[in-house]
Amino acid sequence: MTVIRVDKDVDNLTLTLVAEFDAPIERVWQLWADPRLLERWWGPPTYPATVEVHELAPGGEVSYVLTGPDGEGNRGWWRITAVDPPRSLAFVDGFADRDGTPRAGLPTTTIEVRLGEHEGGTRMEMRSTFASVEHMEQVVDMGGVEGLQRAVGQVDALLAG
Amino acid sequence: MVVDRLAAGANALTDLTDMDEGDEGDEGDEGVDGLFHALADATRRDIVRRCTHGELSVSRLAMAYPMSFAAVQKHVAVLERAGLVTKQRHGREQLVRTVPDAVHRARLALDQLETAWRERVDRMSGLLAPVPTP
Repeated sequence: MTVIRVDKDVDNLTLTLVAEFDAPIERVWQLWADPRLLERWWGPPTYPATVEVHELAPGGEVSYVLTGPDGEGNRGWWRITAVDPPRSLAFVDGFADRDGTPRAGLPTTTIEVRLGEHEGGTRMEMRSTFASVEHMEQVVDMGGVEGLQRAVGQVDALLAG
Repeated sequence: MVVDRLAAGANALTDLTDMDEGDEGDEGDEGVDGLFHALADATRRDIVRRCTHGELSVSRLAMAYPMSFAAVQKHVAVLERAGLVTKQRHGREQLVRTVPDAVHRARLALDQLETAWRERVDRMSGLLAPVPTP
């Protein structure tokens, strides 16, 4: 089992996830640091990500598009606040306009990632802090949660049976 | 803790083991059971979320899920019993609205975000796995 712990803090609107990978820290870091790898996991299969700008340096920007089944693109950006390869990365994640400009006035998510060697593999801790409940709902809508469709299908099968 | 009280009958609640403390004040065991049961299902969580910002008819909701009108109606009935949504007849339509509650909404959104991150981690694992020999 890869995900070993999830904490959901309803009061502080924070999601913390700890996962372990059977791979060296450098390879796990590359999943964040290599835009071609990042776009293979950031968006769900129904909303694949295309990373257009990727500058992992303090103050640097990442910009990406999540393309939905209707062909419409949801644009997002990161602003890097701290980076220490291959151990830590902190950034602010937000929504962007069609041309990639960060949308003013919309809330943002603060994401902190830490990697560490653990029993021959790598442990990753990801902490995501949201600005408001409305904002969390927007992120869910924009990201297109893949598991929902799957779970819905299973429930349907149960109800039909 | 709520979790302890639920443990006995919580066979369907394996994914809700870390529900927060501090909820037990004004809800009896029955109310908490109904609430947890109602929220233990991804479709029901999604219905609650969709009906937060305004009323939606059951038939409109049924279009959003790959399941029958009757199945969606059953989900809405479970949510209604748990006090999470209200249902009002308007002509031929039944309109569903989420009872506003910031804690419920936060919990629902966090559950969905957890799902999204678990899937991301799955994909990360997939990329790290050794390339299978053809």
